[in-house]
Amino acid sequence: MGLLSDPNRRRALISLLTRLNTPICLVCYMAGVAWFMGLAFEPFTLRTYMSENAMGSTMVEERFPAGERALATGREFAAHKKKVGGMPVDWLVKTMQARGLEVFTQSFSRTLPFPDENKERYMVKGTNVYGILRAPRAPRTEALVLSAPCSPGDNNQAVGLLLGLAQYFRNQIYWAKDIIFLVNEHDLIGMQAWLEGYHHTNTTGMDWSPLQGRGGSIQAALSLELSSDVITSLDLVLEGLNGQLPNLDLANLFYAFCQKIGVLCTIQGKLQRNDWDSVSGYSHAVQTMMLMVMKQASGRPWGDHGLFLRYHIEAATIKGINSFRQYKTDATTIGRLLEGMYRKLNNLLERLHQSYFFYLMPSLSHFVSIGYYMPAFGLLTVILLLRALDLWVQLATPPTRTEDGVADIEQSSPGVLSVLTPLVISHLTGVALYTLPIRFQEMAVEHFPVSETEAVVLTAIAVYTAGLALPHNTHRFLSGEGTEQGWRVLKLVAVLYLAVLLGCTALINFSLGFILALTLVPVAAFVTPHIPKVLSAFILVILSPACTLLFSVFFFQELQEMPVSFQDGWLLYLSVISQGILDHFLYGSLVYPLIALLVYPCWLLFWNILFWK
Amino acid sequence: MLKLSLVTCCFVLSVVIEGLALLDLGVSPYSGDVFHETPLIIYLFHFVVDYAEITFMLADVITAVALYLAVKDYNKQVFRKQKFALEADRYPLDCLELIRSPKEMYYIPLKVAMFYLLNPFTILSCVAKSTCGLNNAVIALFILSTIKGNVLLSAIFLSLATYQSIYPLTLCAPALLYLMQRQYIPVNFRRASFWWFIVQYAFMYLGSLFVIICLSFFLLGSWDYLPSVYGFILSVPDLTPNIGLFWYFFAEMFEHFRLFFLCVFQINVFFYTIPLSIKLKEHPVFLIFMQLAVISIFKSYPTVGDIALYLAFLPVWSHLHRFLRNIFLVSCVLLACSALFPVLWHLWIYAGSANSNFYYAITLLFNVAQILLVSDYFYAFLRREHHLTYGLYLKRKDGSEATLVLK
Repeated sequence: MGLLSDPNRRRALISLLTRLNTPICLVCYMAGVAWFMGLAFEPFTLRTYMSENAMGSTMVEERFPAGERALATGREFAAHKKKVGGMPVDWLVKTMQARGLEVFTQSFSRTLPFPDENKERYMVKGTNVYGILRAPRAPRTEALVLSAPCSPGDNNQAVGLLLGLAQYFRNQIYWAKDIIFLVNEHDLIGMQAWLEGYHHTNTTGMDWSPLQGRGGSIQAALSLELSSDVITSLDLVLEGLNGQLPNLDLANLFYAFCQKIGVLCTIQGKLQRNDWDSVSGYSHAVQTMMLMVMKQASGRPWGDHGLFLRYHIEAATIKGINSFRQYKTDATTIGRLLEGMYRKLNNLLERLHQSYFFYLMPSLSHFVSIGYYMPAFGLLTVILLLRALDLWVQLATPPTRTEDGVADIEQSSPGVLSVLTPLVISHLTGVALYTLPIRFQEMAVEHFPVSETEAVVLTAIAVYTAGLALPHNTHRFLSGEGTEQGWRVLKLVAVLYLAVLLGCTALINFSLGFILALTLVPVAAFVTPHIPKVLSAFILVILSPACTLLFSVFFFQELQEMPVSFQDGWLLYLSVISQGILDHFLYGSLVYPLIALLVYPCWLLFWNILFWK
Repeated sequence: MLKLSLVTCCFVLSVVIEGLALLDLGVSPYSGDVFHETPLIIYLFHFVVDYAEITFMLADVITAVALYLAVKDYNKQVFRKQKFALEADRYPLDCLELIRSPKEMYYIPLKVAMFYLLNPFTILSCVAKSTCGLNNAVIALFILSTIKGNVLLSAIFLSLATYQSIYPLTLCAPALLYLMQRQYIPVNFRRASFWWFIVQYAFMYLGSLFVIICLSFFLLGSWDYLPSVYGFILSVPDLTPNIGLFWYFFAEMFEHFRLFFLCVFQINVFFYTIPLSIKLKEHPVFLIFMQLAVISIFKSYPTVGDIALYLAFLPVWSHLHRFLRNIFLVSCVLLACSALFPVLWHLWIYAGSANSNFYYAITLLFNVAQILLVSDYFYAFLRREHHLTYGLYLKRKDGSEATLVLK
């Protein structure tokens, strides 16, 4: 502990850090961004590999024969779906029973806090149908799930394939785990109801009927989305609720089987390229990685699998994509791929835990683990710590200009209590941002000619903007105003608060933490009451969480090669806000409460400092 | 579950209720391996189980009031001693700015009480209904009675505290030093009055301990609470993760070495008593603070309530802040670790993405920060004493300015 106890070396180090504070901060920021961009560069990544020994070499020949019959079943399903006008429960029950499964249904209902304009639903009622294939020789302790969501127009082929696979699996003797074939209605809401019923939890306030049949603890789950008879590639979707990802072994399994069977596989809809040393190859990898970062940061589940992850079940969604390529894959091949995957999962002795849970994928065969991407975030956080150290040193040294001895001593001890008022007011504004939009939507609909969804979103934006006017109104209540010490103490507290907040966020959801750090760390580092007010107010608003979200929406559309105009982008932004609020109330996503209750008050503290008188 | 990880599963109200239930069925409450509280706690909760929240809040209030009165009395004595020393001209001339004034000391007792009551750790401990609140109340009453100079009550409360968990035994030394100082008995091994006082105190202490233990025997009618309570604390059979240092170590240790490491870890708690007592024999109240900190860091099942108790003392030493060197680093680390505990617990137990190493890393960091805090205050205290003896601005023999280095 020589550094901490030797006063000469301490003094030298501290004076170095305070003298070179700004240059070091700039270097760290650029190093952090450069490190992050360098993550997609192929020599810096690792090839994916199977970590779980139980899923190692099994020389199995997949023999699923009935692709055409599966497609025919899918067409029948589509016809019955159109006839009933929703989920054809009776037909599904009869068909599954004919295939020898134990069939059960679950009905559920939920009234959304406000109408969902993307999917046009408000009071949702539905039924899930699932059939359990009991393992012939093993006790009923573990299960695997294959699910296909029942959507109004699409996904009939997936249900057909699911039923075809059920029939084929029923005739095999090697199953050691129960397989549950699930067709859920109203995609994520139905899936949430089924999972809550299966695990006897009720975290989101949904009404569901109890499940009559169960299969043991679920080890892995796959969700199928297939909308055409032939496909050109299979896309893997990994991002789940709150940015949680399944074990990397599941992605490795999928990739291994796509190689074996010879199906093109993509991630984020992008095919892998081999020319990593060219600029376009590198930018392709960066785009793939940035898409994953954006999707993870949004905190919403990007497929029906996303809700399984919370229950410690590794799950992924496989989407079939039919685009303009020459080589088409038929349903039999997809069936064989799924058969192979399920046979491998059948061999698992324990849950998938050997491989990484925290990773980024610039392509399907390469990954970046947490040990490689965390330093990028760490470099950004170091800026905050350096600033805090600088402020502490400034606060601890007595001011050079003193009025008299008594005042000198009083000023030299920083009053932490004076910071309490801005903190409390900022957090109350955050609480208002969290509760008011939902609570006052009826009142807003009465007074303004908008729909409920628009009312909620516009109230949120209104509360957010009203918070900007706070410093002008609350100066009367601030006790430490007028002193140089006052804003320094507030900034010290705010910087440390932001550092802890970003650290905790990055541990749970790295992408969200990193994106927030990218925009909020410069704000935190450079805001003082002495910089030019108009320009810095503008920059602060640009870097605030709401504008970050706006830019992210445009950036996301650019990455997906579907750029939007400004009006469309603005409407998309409003729908993103409403989806975020809905995700929180329906599935328990933490992004909206985090931003409203913690990040926004922190940003308001910096806004307060800027307008400190 | 998260609260329980911070306040240790073993010493919570739900466990006490289970013990009560077993007792109602006529079975010894220690027969299941869950209940490890003393019989007096069962007896107390037998009457107040319906008002449990009020009991815990009352315990916190008692602790705060006891600390308030104790610190007020202590401040008076500190000021009186300082006045005598000033009149006797024992302080060098240039350290007058280190002298404390009544004005600055006026609000300290109130700050101590507020520090304890408003500490998030205390509130968390109360909400989770941990019996640590009751332990804190007993220790606070012990401190109050010691500072007021009441030898009998001090011995009784100390024996109660030791009866609850063995570690407050180390508080014997500062109590003896303080009471001897107050009664003007010189702390000298060769004086008979010194040994006579120790014998008196030991007699009162052991006598009350004996009475309490026999009372427990008669309450439950058997001696099986001894291995259940004290055996549990000393032999650490339960390795549920908490904020202490024991669980990870003993989870991965081979059985062959278990006894050895158990002895090493347990001796670590008691080991610092004698050296600290020798160094701080003039300042027993600071010694109490150090001992409380050492106990709450190194005990076998620490909870955040223990930490709250010694953190409450920090305003008493607020005049040391100009000598503290690492307070910024320590408070940042403590704050960050307190925020990271629930995050990593969630990631380990619920999300399944992290594992025990992540959680233990934060535990280690938290304890290292606490140790650094305590040693920093120790350094600052000793440095102030040094300055009061040798002057504030030190000069070397050739007149240049010197710096103090702790070797």
